[in-house]
Amino acid sequence: MTDLLALDDVNVYYGPFHALRGNTLTVGEGEIVSLLGGNASGKSTTMKTILGLIKVKSGTVRFEGEDVTRASTRHRIKAGIASVPEARRVFPQMTVDENLLAGAYTRRDRVGITEDLERMRDYFPRLAERRRQEAGTLSGGEQQMLAFARALMSRPKLICMDEPTMGLSPKLVDQVLDEIVRINKELGVAVLFVEQQAELALSIASRGYVLATGEIVLKGTARELLDNPQIQEAYLGKAKKA
Amino acid sequence: MSDALLQVENLERHFEGLKAVDGISFTVAPGEVVSIIGPNGSGKTTTLNLVTGTIRAHGGSIVLDGTRIDRVDSARIAEHGIARTFQNGRVFATLSVADNIEVGMHSTLRANRPFRELSNFFLLRWIPLLGELFIAIIGTPASRREDKQIKNAVETEIHRFEARLGPRRDDPAYSLSYANRRRTEIARALALKPKLLVLDEPTAGMNQSETAEVLEQLLELKAEGQAILLVEHKLDLVMIVSDRVIVMDGGRIIAEGRPEDVRHDPSVIEAYIGRRRTVGGGDEE
Amino acid sequence: MLDTLIAGLLRGNVYALGAVGISLVFGVMNVVNFAQFSFFGLGAMLAWFFITTLGLPFWLALPLVLVVCAALGLIINISVVRPLAKFLPLAAMLSTYAVSQILDNASQIAFTAQFRVFPPVLPNSNLHIGNMRFGTSDLVMLSTTAVVMLVMSLFLKYGKVGRAIRATSQDQEAALQMGIPVGLVQHVSFVIASALGGLAGVFIALYVGVANPASGLNIGLTAFVAATLGGLGSLVGAVIGGFVLGILEAFGIHFFGDTSRQIIIFVILIVVLIARPGGLLGKVPLISTEPLTGTFLGKGRPLRIPRWVWAAAFVVLGIVIPLLRNDYVLITGTQVLIYAIIAAGFTVTAGQAGVLALGQAGPIAIGAYMSAALTMQLHFSFWVALPVAGLCAAIVASILASPIWGVKGHYISIATLGLGITIVAVIQLIVPQGIYNIPVPQWFGTALTTPTAYYLIDFGVLVITLLVMWRIRRSHLGKVISSVGSDEVAALASGVRGRNYKALAFAISAFFAGIGGSLLAHQYTYIDPTIFTMLMSLLVVTIVIMGGVSLPYGAVVGAIILIGAMELLRFTPELRIIVYGLVLILVVRFRPGGILVRNS
Repeated sequence: MTDLLALDDVNVYYGPFHALRGNTLTVGEGEIVSLLGGNASGKSTTMKTILGLIKVKSGTVRFEGEDVTRASTRHRIKAGIASVPEARRVFPQMTVDENLLAGAYTRRDRVGITEDLERMRDYFPRLAERRRQEAGTLSGGEQQMLAFARALMSRPKLICMDEPTMGLSPKLVDQVLDEIVRINKELGVAVLFVEQQAELALSIASRGYVLATGEIVLKGTARELLDNPQIQEAYLGKAKKA
Repeated sequence: MSDALLQVENLERHFEGLKAVDGISFTVAPGEVVSIIGPNGSGKTTTLNLVTGTIRAHGGSIVLDGTRIDRVDSARIAEHGIARTFQNGRVFATLSVADNIEVGMHSTLRANRPFRELSNFFLLRWIPLLGELFIAIIGTPASRREDKQIKNAVETEIHRFEARLGPRRDDPAYSLSYANRRRTEIARALALKPKLLVLDEPTAGMNQSETAEVLEQLLELKAEGQAILLVEHKLDLVMIVSDRVIVMDGGRIIAEGRPEDVRHDPSVIEAYIGRRRTVGGGDEE
Repeated sequence: MLDTLIAGLLRGNVYALGAVGISLVFGVMNVVNFAQFSFFGLGAMLAWFFITTLGLPFWLALPLVLVVCAALGLIINISVVRPLAKFLPLAAMLSTYAVSQILDNASQIAFTAQFRVFPPVLPNSNLHIGNMRFGTSDLVMLSTTAVVMLVMSLFLKYGKVGRAIRATSQDQEAALQMGIPVGLVQHVSFVIASALGGLAGVFIALYVGVANPASGLNIGLTAFVAATLGGLGSLVGAVIGGFVLGILEAFGIHFFGDTSRQIIIFVILIVVLIARPGGLLGKVPLISTEPLTGTFLGKGRPLRIPRWVWAAAFVVLGIVIPLLRNDYVLITGTQVLIYAIIAAGFTVTAGQAGVLALGQAGPIAIGAYMSAALTMQLHFSFWVALPVAGLCAAIVASILASPIWGVKGHYISIATLGLGITIVAVIQLIVPQGIYNIPVPQWFGTALTTPTAYYLIDFGVLVITLLVMWRIRRSHLGKVISSVGSDEVAALASGVRGRNYKALAFAISAFFAGIGGSLLAHQYTYIDPTIFTMLMSLLVVTIVIMGGVSLPYGAVVGAIILIGAMELLRFTPELRIIVYGLVLILVVRFRPGGILVRNS
């Protein structure tokens, strides 16, 4: 299988703090991969590293075989990585349409952009209804859809989603997960997403990585991880009584 | 119910229309350890922020030891006896570990804070402020005695985390590791001698052995009779340390009870651990 | 009445243009850009130069001015602001002030400081409605602004880069993640802002009829207040703020006279900030994630200073220098010592409480005038007047500052800046002329008039100041004040009333500022309001930042370098300010924690 994205032995530091400890991770084309772990385990840092928002101390990040370790965020977006940031981060005082256009910033094909705008409206009818509304006034679920659509506007091959279900009610969480599967299936986009709730995440991902204090402690297919008795322990940080 | 240390009733808070905390009620008894669990965004931290006065409630009441505290600021709440830690650890970056803890003792001090009762009154608050200034520059025999007590108390708190904080006592907090910042924060909170200790994910970012260490310390505190309100993701720790567990989802309490009961409550499993779906990309209903 | 309204609109028009520039830059960079001030003066001077000296027609001169200003803006952003803004927005703010000083002085060297009559390129009283007269000039200005605003709003709404500017100012990190070139966006914003500043400068010259390189400061401050009023970062707010301020100011001047101008402006600012801490259209986060001022400064460890250094410093400063009996050195030394006293007292506010107050000239002025009044009117002895002046400065400044302690981040700096300017403006209103013949200190009947005597008095006061500051720093109170500066939310949760301690720290600093003012007054024996400028306030801040913001003894080192160095370059005042600017930029760039603080 060709790896769309490959992190090899990546180390990241925040000052003296060793935030990612030699992590190796791959995402194949059209694959859904989940990144699991507790708070401050390094999930968001991994995402930021992939997007080029944080400098890597050592190791390489490759996208479609190209070494992008030192490439700018902008370059990576152009190359086909898109981001659904943590807590959605839609531009609150811009309309839905303007948010979508911001997602297509790196593209130059006006016709294609207009087409995609139409496509997103078809794809997410709720957004079509609210196209002139300011994004800050949307509900949490709608904002999440907008963040998805905004990411898709760059015609990515890989979407990185940082906790797309955060702060959503269980019903909306279901919807969001369904949406991820739909995007993946219908558009063939690979998805790497961070999720706290292991079982939920593994219900849609084909593979997963479990992070703890900056290190990948477990990896495998969804089935393997679900069956692994360690997962609860590693992920929920079992507090053994000394 | 009157014997509750903390009594929260119909607490409400919304952010731009979104109900973060939607009419919840619960109690903490003296010496009791109560944990709040629930998925991210379920309103746990908001609840803690409301109880500690870091943000104001939009409705409901909070009573600590017979006094209503939902209308007063968080400094006053600290003086009433609630100390807290923050989700991502907020230490005073430029102060040393020892000085961080000393600041935590602020509300327990007398001789260093003459006329402190006046602190909340317009204009009159200058009397305690100038008093403090006088003591800082000149000092009184009583304040010098109290300074010694402060020193001892700080040592006691550092001693609680001796192996970790002992060697770093004079280092500025910004130079500490994440875990040590959390320890400093807990020590600072305990220095207040709180009736109720409020901890927001004290083990976030800690590895297993560090988590186990915190668990030990929490159990020690519990044995000392310290009432604790805890938000924590690591369920095993919660199960061991808690007398009672409250489960929140979407700003409401969806279950409450003894740890073992909550653990097996199906609605809890679904909300917190996640509904088990078919594996590997299968969707639907 | 209608005349006043028109005057207000014309002034508001200029303020709006300037404020939009300031807000635009703040939105995308989180930097308050004082360099914008200079573009007003520069725009006016350049236009004068192009029209009068080169004989170009107005319609050619105007775009040329815009191009020059835009290019200068780009250079400033690339060389100074952006590199600093990346890690220290507040340092960038201070360095923009230095840049504005450099620009003003460069322009003064190029065009000389005199007022130039601006050519009446357009008729300005050829039209009338009823009995109200106005000119083509006024119409052109208003309609140009209207066109500019329209183009700007279309550009921001529909232009690709315009949308990117909005996206960046709403959420910079998300913008980065969309592949928006944030650096480019910042350059473009800076260029637009600078061009707008130049345009506003040309307009103000057209309106007033004269131009002067230093004329930018007043308009700049007002535009800046307009931007703050509207909510920094909000462009609509900036326009509203500009016109509101222009009209209120015009009516204020109409009723209270021109001298009340600054007072009116800053009173409006402070009232608005109290009512809406984020400005009219701005938003303030519910729980600050990180204290803005606290983290900027004070990270890094103070260098360990061996005991013998203290003794040696005491001997050199207190014994060797007076023994030299070199008047030049001693006179320079008294300046250094007075600033050291003021700055050492200021460390508790700027360093410990984390309030980067930008208006210390206010309490300094109170101390100076109070001391002069006490000795001259009530015949107090200097030795009594000195502490009383300090107390008065502390009390008056505290009363005036009392409403602002709930204001956060940049806004508190801006509020204190306004406070300082207002205090001096009020003094000017009460005592418009300077005060002469302020009595010199007496010691048992002998007048102390020698430089050595002044030097020793100042040295004694400095030693006491340092002792007091050292006691405060080591006390429980000192730690509590530092906790407020580090993290106010956490301090509150520990039972520390942040506002009270910020107020106390400010009062302590104002006390020493007043003492410094009194010392100044009795040594100059002459004072007038032009001494207590914004430059003086920023000098105090810069000294403190140079030495290490929370270190009282650092203030001494900072004063020696800054005041000493500036005095040595006394023979060329213009060069002096340029050096000041460069020193500031270099320090915040390479030693952000201060000279006596190791970088962390």
